[in-house]
Amino acid sequence: VSAEPDGPEDRLRRFATIWSRAVFPVTSTSLTRPEFEERLLPLARRLSEALRARAFDAQAAKAVGAALVDAHCTDPDALSASLDCVDAYLVLYCGEDGPQEDLRTRCSRLQHAMAAGYAQALRARTLAEQEAIAQAALQAQGVVAQALHASEARFRAVFEGAAIGIGIADLEGNVLQINGAMMRMFGGGEQTVRGRNVREWTHAEDAPQVWKLYEELVRGEREHYHVEKAFYRPDGTVLWTNLTVSLLRDADGRPQYQLALMEDTTERRLLNLRLRYEATHDALTGLPNRTLFFERLEKVLAAGEEQRFGLCYLDLDGFKTINDSLGHAAGDRLLVEVADRLQSCATAPGEMVARLGGDEFVALTTGPDTRREVDDLAARIMNALLAPVRIDGRELTVRGSIGIVEGAAGERSAAEVLRSADITMYRAKSAGGNRFELADAEADARAITRHGLTTALPAALERGEFFIEYQPLVHLGDGSVRGAEALVRWLHPQHGVLGPDRFIPLAEHTGLIVPLGRWVLEHSVRQARAWRERSGETTPLRINVNLSPCQLTHPGLVQDTVDILERAGVEPEALCLEVTESALIGADDDLLKPLRRLAEMGVDIALDDFGTGYSNLANLRRLPVSVLKLDRSFTQSMQQFPADPVDLKIVEGIVSLAHSLDLAVTVEGVETGAQAEQLRILGCDTAQGWYYARPGPPDRLHELALADATG
Amino acid sequence: MERPAWAPRSIDISVPSVSRIYDYYLGGSHNFEVDREAARRAMEFMPGLPKIAQANRAFTRRAVRYAIGRGVTQFLDIGSGIPTFGSVHEVARAAGSDARVVHVDHDPVAVAHSQAVLADNADADVVAADLRKPQDILTSPQVGRLLDLDRPVALLLVAVLHFVEDEDDPYAAVAELTAALAPGSLLVLTHASYEGIPLPQRRAEGVVDVYKDIRNPLIMRSREKIARFFEGYDMVEPGLVPMPHWRPETAPEDEDPYAFSGFAGVGRTS
Repeated sequence: VSAEPDGPEDRLRRFATIWSRAVFPVTSTSLTRPEFEERLLPLARRLSEALRARAFDAQAAKAVGAALVDAHCTDPDALSASLDCVDAYLVLYCGEDGPQEDLRTRCSRLQHAMAAGYAQALRARTLAEQEAIAQAALQAQGVVAQALHASEARFRAVFEGAAIGIGIADLEGNVLQINGAMMRMFGGGEQTVRGRNVREWTHAEDAPQVWKLYEELVRGEREHYHVEKAFYRPDGTVLWTNLTVSLLRDADGRPQYQLALMEDTTERRLLNLRLRYEATHDALTGLPNRTLFFERLEKVLAAGEEQRFGLCYLDLDGFKTINDSLGHAAGDRLLVEVADRLQSCATAPGEMVARLGGDEFVALTTGPDTRREVDDLAARIMNALLAPVRIDGRELTVRGSIGIVEGAAGERSAAEVLRSADITMYRAKSAGGNRFELADAEADARAITRHGLTTALPAALERGEFFIEYQPLVHLGDGSVRGAEALVRWLHPQHGVLGPDRFIPLAEHTGLIVPLGRWVLEHSVRQARAWRERSGETTPLRINVNLSPCQLTHPGLVQDTVDILERAGVEPEALCLEVTESALIGADDDLLKPLRRLAEMGVDIALDDFGTGYSNLANLRRLPVSVLKLDRSFTQSMQQFPADPVDLKIVEGIVSLAHSLDLAVTVEGVETGAQAEQLRILGCDTAQGWYYARPGPPDRLHELALADATG
Repeated sequence: MERPAWAPRSIDISVPSVSRIYDYYLGGSHNFEVDREAARRAMEFMPGLPKIAQANRAFTRRAVRYAIGRGVTQFLDIGSGIPTFGSVHEVARAAGSDARVVHVDHDPVAVAHSQAVLADNADADVVAADLRKPQDILTSPQVGRLLDLDRPVALLLVAVLHFVEDEDDPYAAVAELTAALAPGSLLVLTHASYEGIPLPQRRAEGVVDVYKDIRNPLIMRSREKIARFFEGYDMVEPGLVPMPHWRPETAPEDEDPYAFSGFAGVGRTS
């Protein structure tokens, strides 16, 4: 709007400019000053018009005052500045030529109205804004309250629905709140948990640190802890839990509550205990098993030096026979009965009975004086087995062999102790059973060597560790060498040369005797041929080879012998097989058949160790035997002079009997010339012994034979 | 135990709120005595605080009009506070009829009030969210409904970043928001600083202490640090300057000396 310079419009604008300049600094409008001036211009016009109106009405100025508030001139200084401006310039710029006094009066009244209008509008605006913000606050609080309610509802659902037990207590231990799961864990009934104090929940099985951790937590020194803990339920049963307790702090970090989360592990624990029990107990007898026994024994052995232990290792005698004849069910019932009786023998603290398996049991006693106690224990066990066991109407006699080991802790391992007990038990068993033996180191060592030899035997045969020595057989009539007995030796890499008594029983036990025997036969027969070749046709030396009971029953015996003889090109007559008397006692025709076949072929069969068994002399006729080898016990007394007349009579009788059955008689163990002479007088045919020669290499025998021939 | 994310902070109107204090600086009555009490204490140290608030409003008004002038008619106003006169939707509507505005604030009272004010306004809405969690803002239904993020948006961070402490990483928050914006978008920003305040720093620190007391710390940042918020933006002329110097419509020398406190600037993404 262009205004005529200094015309009414121009003057009005100048008034608005002055006004805006006066008020702008105290407004908080975001308008620029020129924009603000544009907002004031219509207000200035209304004031100007009201000032000069024909009919004066001050109310118009009220609206102007209100409009100032609308233009965000809410600072009262804006009103004051505005009134100053109107007072000083309205009449001057907008009064035109009106009566001055009248204009001034009007101007004053306009200012009063403007102030009133401003005040009314500001009051209304203030109230409206206060109302609005209060409403907004309420609204917001409502939203928050709702959200909180929802959140709390969710929390409550989590709290109540959780499968885990949740409880909150204050720092004095008073239980404030618990959830359903926790209540159920304690067996229901809110009063059983709520209102109680955490500190009352001690349990006999509390680990020592449980309450220390608790104290640290409530003192604020620990944020949480996790333990396994038991509780007593009101009905007296035990609740086992995995318990996690956390410290809850307030917004300023001060400890406020304790929160317990607990998981019921009672069932799992019972299951674990049962599994543990099953893993450590024998299902049949309910006794601790090998695992548990070893745990206990190891614990005992790991204890201090003052601790001693005594162990009885029991193996029932002849249990296999009972099992085989009466069946396993009866065998099991016998074991159960034995287990019960054993258990009653070891009831003192520190004593235990376990079943190691089969019919093997152990009883353990511990303490400072087990030397005496273990003997008592063994005696109690033997005593407990005395009364027969009644099964299926039968009275079964139970006997057992016990190996006892006693000693101080810390010297041997559990395995060593048990092995010693095992060896000792076998010693008791081989001494006839139904007895107990005390372990001794030497016997153990022998057994251990025996064990070592047994396991080394097969490899020894492969590696050629065996060799044969020959002991000459001399004709008593003319003193000529007629043959030799082949005696096998083992050149053991550690133990040196071992005699047959050290390993033949082991070889028989393991069955290795069959290949070993074959090896001996083969080499001896080959040796016999070598002698024959070297001595010419004149003096064919015979070879005596021992046959073990095992070989006797081996189906290949006859064929093997025939093959060996044929391969070596040796006549059967050059071979004599020696069989012990005991191997043939009670022999039936089946057992004798191979011997008969060999005898028919021309092989001599000698009855070795004759007189040590209980031979039925009448039976001799039945046997395919051509030689009796008289045991050295009969000839020992003849080393002195004069000889025992009874022995002389016996030998004389045997020789007479033998000769009447057409059997030759060989004597062993001849050590003196007197002895040899006596035996010759008594009619013995052949002799062997140190008097003639010790067993030796084959060449020595050859030399003897040659010397004999030339002498 | 930590308060779950979905449980809102409780409302305690006995605790001063920065948005209601701001309203008081601007002569409004959307405030309670606690707010006024805090504001008066701050003004004891710095009587010109209302002038700074007013300069912020004036800058915002110019910046919004600048944006509309460049064809940017979508506004995301974070830290919008109490909507009174000169608010973004008011200025935007005055300048361009098709403007769409989403206000964001984490003060539930400010949000409730904004909802009341905007109840009948189809082109503007408010989100209760926190600048420190940009995804809450960007994925809000209001943003989804009102803003087309494939087109340029003017992101307003007026007088709000100085309430985000360094440990909450305001730079990462701004970068996350920026990453969501289409090319040609604008960042409109003002920030408090000791630079430009017509008082010794010791005195201005009194104001910082007041805000610390009301648990809404005011973080004064240097111009250099403020400039870092514009990483990835081309600065619009005249760059990062005291508020009265940003594209003034009247002579800056006429402005109150307090209006020169802190910095303002507009950047544009390319």
